[in-house]
Amino acid sequence: MAPGWAVPDALPQSRRLIAQAYVMKFSTEMKKEMGILCLVTGLLMLIPLFNAVGPESGPLSVSAFQVSLWGKYLTYAVLAMSLNLLWGYTGLLCLCQSLFFALGGYAMGMYLMLMIGERGAYKSVLPDFMVFLGYQKLPLHWEPFYNFAFTVGAVLWVPGLLAFVFGFLAFRSRIKGVYFSILTQALTYAACLMFFRNDFTFGGNNGFTDFKDILGCNINSDATIRGLFIATTALMVCTYLITSGLLASKLGKVQQAIRDSENRVLFSGYSTTSFKLMIFVLSAMIAGAAGALYVPQVGGINPSAMEAAKSLEVVVWVAVGGRGTKWGPVIGAILVNFIKSYTTHAFPDYWLIIMGGMFVCVVLFMPDGIVGVYKQAKSYFARQRSLETTAA
Amino acid sequence: MENSFKKILSLVAVAAFALSASTVRADDTVKVGILHSLSGTMAISETSLRDVLLFTFDEINASGGVLGKMIEPVEADGASDWPTFAEKAEELLAKDEASAVFGCWTSVSRKFVLPVFEKYNGLLFYPVQYEGEEESPNIFYTAEAVGQQAIPAVDYLLEEGYTKFYLIGTDYVYPQTTNIVLFEYLLSKGIPVENIGGGIRYEGDVAVSAGNYTPFGHTDFQQIVAEIKDFAASGDACVVNTINGDANVPFFKEIAASGLTSDDCPIVSFSLSEDEFRGLPTKDLVGHLGCWTYFMSIDSPANDSFKAKFQDWLATDAPAAVAKEGRVTCSPMVLSYNGVYLWKAAVEKAGTFDTDAVIAALESGISFDGPGGTVTTQKNHHLTKSVYIGETLEDGQFEILEVMPDVYGEPWLKGTF
Repeated sequence: MAPGWAVPDALPQSRRLIAQAYVMKFSTEMKKEMGILCLVTGLLMLIPLFNAVGPESGPLSVSAFQVSLWGKYLTYAVLAMSLNLLWGYTGLLCLCQSLFFALGGYAMGMYLMLMIGERGAYKSVLPDFMVFLGYQKLPLHWEPFYNFAFTVGAVLWVPGLLAFVFGFLAFRSRIKGVYFSILTQALTYAACLMFFRNDFTFGGNNGFTDFKDILGCNINSDATIRGLFIATTALMVCTYLITSGLLASKLGKVQQAIRDSENRVLFSGYSTTSFKLMIFVLSAMIAGAAGALYVPQVGGINPSAMEAAKSLEVVVWVAVGGRGTKWGPVIGAILVNFIKSYTTHAFPDYWLIIMGGMFVCVVLFMPDGIVGVYKQAKSYFARQRSLETTAA
Repeated sequence: MENSFKKILSLVAVAAFALSASTVRADDTVKVGILHSLSGTMAISETSLRDVLLFTFDEINASGGVLGKMIEPVEADGASDWPTFAEKAEELLAKDEASAVFGCWTSVSRKFVLPVFEKYNGLLFYPVQYEGEEESPNIFYTAEAVGQQAIPAVDYLLEEGYTKFYLIGTDYVYPQTTNIVLFEYLLSKGIPVENIGGGIRYEGDVAVSAGNYTPFGHTDFQQIVAEIKDFAASGDACVVNTINGDANVPFFKEIAASGLTSDDCPIVSFSLSEDEFRGLPTKDLVGHLGCWTYFMSIDSPANDSFKAKFQDWLATDAPAAVAKEGRVTCSPMVLSYNGVYLWKAAVEKAGTFDTDAVIAALESGISFDGPGGTVTTQKNHHLTKSVYIGETLEDGQFEILEVMPDVYGEPWLKGTF
């Protein structure tokens, strides 16, 4: 039993019993949940394990390519979880989640670019694109990114700050529903255009590529790839725990109440603006962290990562997996990207049709996503059974 | 509990599926990768390169393959998405163990796959005109470097007596580099700074950017065209156009609407080939110039045979996914075709498919008599080839005005004039 959930002694006997029953139910559910989380983490850990000590070939061999590929899927899973926090649990359809992801990625990319040092094409301490565009010295805002700790901080606060400023203005003006979505889409489009500009000091269209080291380790070595994978898994577990803890707390109840009926929450005396703002900033920071782990595993970033379509893709992952469920976004993100990886190689001419067909099927036949299929099937069979009993 | 069990089961199934994917290699074939965008914004250009590669492999296989092995093409769709390009490149090298990969169009896709090819010691043939400033040990650049397209075009215009040059392009690395190199080149030819239009940005005393830049997919060229018209009013002016893709349509429409003709002020473009004219209206471009290392209109037995064989393949052997109607040939297609034959010749010279041996053979200088004339590999991974200047005709073809034979491919031109 979690310590915070002990039943207060002051309650009368009858209410104590009811409360205790709730706590018991909660804690068994919690145990079950933690069990699943541990199991998933354990299974994921098999990937780097088999890469490190597994056989060279055969069905149990895992190449470094597969480790980094699955690491990429997991960063997408965290990105989907961060959107789910907003869309699934707060009712805010944010269409700029990839912008936060990309900002985290750019912050990490700046560090990685500086770590190349004089091993670039021009043998200069400046990143290649700066030499190329005629910079004489490193711009001032690049300097602190030599420091890894600062970079990690920036990965969180840059998207967080943007979310705070934008969210403050939007929520205070009571911008809701589809208008909020449109504004977030405009925000990511504007940022994308800005980052495409060569004189914006972030490499323009070519972005950042050809990294060499992270924290002194060769970014292409198998050990680093495994380390990044493990870090991504850890981030996913943390995100899960944050989401789970949040939903169980009072704050989480208000959050879900805002989703279901914001006006009632407002008239009950809660400032919905500050609740929404807090969740928005938290979600942006999680997306930023995912982006920071994405860039070293993919090997680069350019402004197309913040194109409006990318944020829409995240919405699709969440919808496919199951919006407003804890594992739905993870399953959706991994499944969609896995199928994309598989089909772009196996059926390069027809993969868009396959993916499109899959999305249409999900929308038509699985309104609650993949996670909801079990519930759908159960209620279907229950109905069948009750029909049979009435007939008999 | 059952609910969660199912969730886990689905995760395990997905994981097992991914891990069990292993490859079986046949002895009498050699795998070669094709890495182009078959979907997304670049598909319109890149699909043609995929098609010509499939044609080339069929042609080689019909004449006995390479070192007695049949080429087995492995296609992957880069989907106009750069992280996908990197992923597919790694898949082709790590999983399929492709002996060589032919692919990429945009500079950014090449930048994303470059570290992958260096990590796995792979071999990429890159067939599209580019900005230079790069020389990876694992990439062969079969396309036009700046010195094989932009500079010959400017030489031609100088010869014709033009003294004022307006530079315009899309804001990314290829136009930026081309124009700064052209700026330096024009100054070295005695063209004064005030005769170079489009704006020059200085960092201290050093010019770091020359020309006027618009974003991708730009549509509003009214102001820029008015500026060009003013610039051209004194006569002897021309425009060097490095605008990419469909933004050319509104640009040329605006030019035509402003009354500027190719006689007043010719525009030389580097991103518009015969293949682009399948999708763009040519009416507004008639009389303007193009510069490539191949034109479909080249009158030679090698080109006639290439065109006939390609059309024949389209009609008989091409897979269902390949578009059959109204197909043309263009410079990037021919450079892809040349790349495959250069690779074949290098493998045969080395006597092995081993990457290091093939690269050494290519560096030693291998020639191939392609549809655009003879091309020869150089030690710096570029090609010596002939450059053609052409005038756009109404049917989307070019009338060849001048040929510059055997131009050396030099990627490092910035700061050399």
